[in-house]
Amino acid sequence: MTRILAAAAAETRIALRNRWVAIAVAMMALFSMVLSATGSAPTGILGADRLSVTVASLTSLAVYLVPLVALLMAFDAVAGEVERGTLPLVLTYPVSRAELILGKFLAHLGVLALAVAVGYGIAAAAVIWTDPRAQAGLPALWRLGWTSVLLGATFLGIGYALSALARRPGAAAGLAIGLWLVLIVLYNLGLLAAVVTDGGGRFTTQVFPWLLLANPADAFRLYNLAASDATAAAAGLGGAASTIPAPLALASVALWPLFSLVLATLAFRRITP
Amino acid sequence: MTTLTISHLTKRFEGVTALDDVGFDVAPGERVALLGHNGAGKSTLMKIVLGLIPASSGSVALMGAAPGSRAARSLAAYLPENVAFHPALTGLEQLGFYLRMRGEPARGAMPLLEKVGLGHAARRRIGTYSKGMRQRVGLAQALIGRPRLMVLDEPTSGLDPVSRRDFYAILDELAGEGAAILLSSHALTEVEARTDRIVILSQGRLRANDTLANLRRKAALPIRLQVTARPDTADSVAGQLSGARRNGVTVDLMCRHDEKLARLGQIAGLQPLIEDVEVLPPSLEDLYSHYSRSEGQ
Ligand SMILES: Nc1ncnc2c1ncn2[C@@H]1O[C@H](COP(=O)(O)OP(=O)(O)OP(=O)(O)O)[C@@H](O)[C@H]1O
Ligand SMILES: [Mg+2]
Repeated sequence: MTRILAAAAAETRIALRNRWVAIAVAMMALFSMVLSATGSAPTGILGADRLSVTVASLTSLAVYLVPLVALLMAFDAVAGEVERGTLPLVLTYPVSRAELILGKFLAHLGVLALAVAVGYGIAAAAVIWTDPRAQAGLPALWRLGWTSVLLGATFLGIGYALSALARRPGAAAGLAIGLWLVLIVLYNLGLLAAVVTDGGGRFTTQVFPWLLLANPADAFRLYNLAASDATAAAAGLGGAASTIPAPLALASVALWPLFSLVLATLAFRRITP
Repeated sequence: MTTLTISHLTKRFEGVTALDDVGFDVAPGERVALLGHNGAGKSTLMKIVLGLIPASSGSVALMGAAPGSRAARSLAAYLPENVAFHPALTGLEQLGFYLRMRGEPARGAMPLLEKVGLGHAARRRIGTYSKGMRQRVGLAQALIGRPRLMVLDEPTSGLDPVSRRDFYAILDELAGEGAAILLSSHALTEVEARTDRIVILSQGRLRANDTLANLRRKAALPIRLQVTARPDTADSVAGQLSGARRNGVTVDLMCRHDEKLARLGQIAGLQPLIEDVEVLPPSLEDLYSHYSRSEGQ
């Protein structure tokens, strides 16, 4: 445990000095501010408080931004050490590769949680300041917060795995961006196309929900929309979200970080310095 | 009981046999120098000893533990060739990290840095260090936790002469406390004075493994007598002694150890023609080339 914490402390310092902390926090804060400014116009949706409406737009934002920030922090983790030549020495220490990965993970997750807290905090403060009744939406915001951290955790692990497989920072960055495009953008477009062609057949009712659950970003979106009627209503996606039970979506959101960390450790173990 | 035991160690990369049936031991308190030309297999051997890469065949044991096992890793310290650190961390932070990796408190970092003469730069980022300063950080981390085996790959490369002396002083201290030391080097003269035994690798094969004195005796290399003739007599001196003229005044004679006195007698007989004579025993370079050339022996 002290070894994991030592690795996390060193990695946190590096993140601070490389300005990753500043960049991550600034990105989340900036986008949240833009969202709460544009989303503050009257929406006219019955039964939804203003904060819940903001949470719905933050959810759509987080699906893009949180994985991106996580992958940007993670892609260099192993490949950078290989390139700098720092790996052989640390691997002769009595520390396991899983411990080293976990150390980096804790540090990066801390940065990510800070960025999420600052970003969502700004958005919530802006809304509640203009309309105190919006406090009713705080539970939804809290849920969005911790699920965002879990989503980030998943993509940190995936980023480490890519970093270890690529072994070169440049290649790792390319893989990370490619994966982000596939999982976050193309996956949904593909599913949408398939559903349209299928026209409500077996694929739409039997396969499609599981494919949504299998993608961590979709599971995250589903859970946040399904868990809150108000949010779902506000996002106009109540129908689509309600076909999948929220606990299943939550299970996917919660299991993905573990799965991705196992992947990362396995990929890291394959490296011979 | 030896600290490090290597037997029949072979390592093949695709197309290259980096190590071929190598075996030797290192005892507690012993300082062993690993010599060999570029690509002889020194770094490969060290990486296998530390469990960084697997051997193709043969066995290695660190006080009975297998390389790479947690027990072996907590016994051994390593200084890689071209050691590197994260440039954004300070020397103090980097060393604190390594201390905690060995389960020791980070506050031990400053004394270690002072020991290798880096106290003044401890709070600067390693990115701003010179090559020799980085090498010293590498040495400092190898001193953590009284290792029983130190594996040092070209530890003095990049160090100035004074730092080299300080480095060997630290090494002597550790060996005095019973640490086994295996170091590679291309600086033959410092190895001569500062190590107990020499292992020579050539193209992955073990060519020699003995003390310097024994290696000298076994090689029985010729002694060189360097005769300085008076002006214009060099040719006649070379002729009478059947030696080779090297330049206007110097004549070189090679002889075996047991011929030395007789040859010196002959030289003394030509006294009027001769200014000076020097006896040069085989140098470490000669010895090294002798052993690293001899095929199969
Ligand atoms: N990962 C590798 N893949 C293929 N060949 C390798 C690898 N590592 C080392 N070799 C080869 O093994 C041989 C021994 O290399 P090694 O690095 O052990 O030499 P060395 O004695 O340390 O040389 P130097 O004095 O230059 O440091 C070389 O021919 C080298 O090309
Ligand atoms: Mg080498």
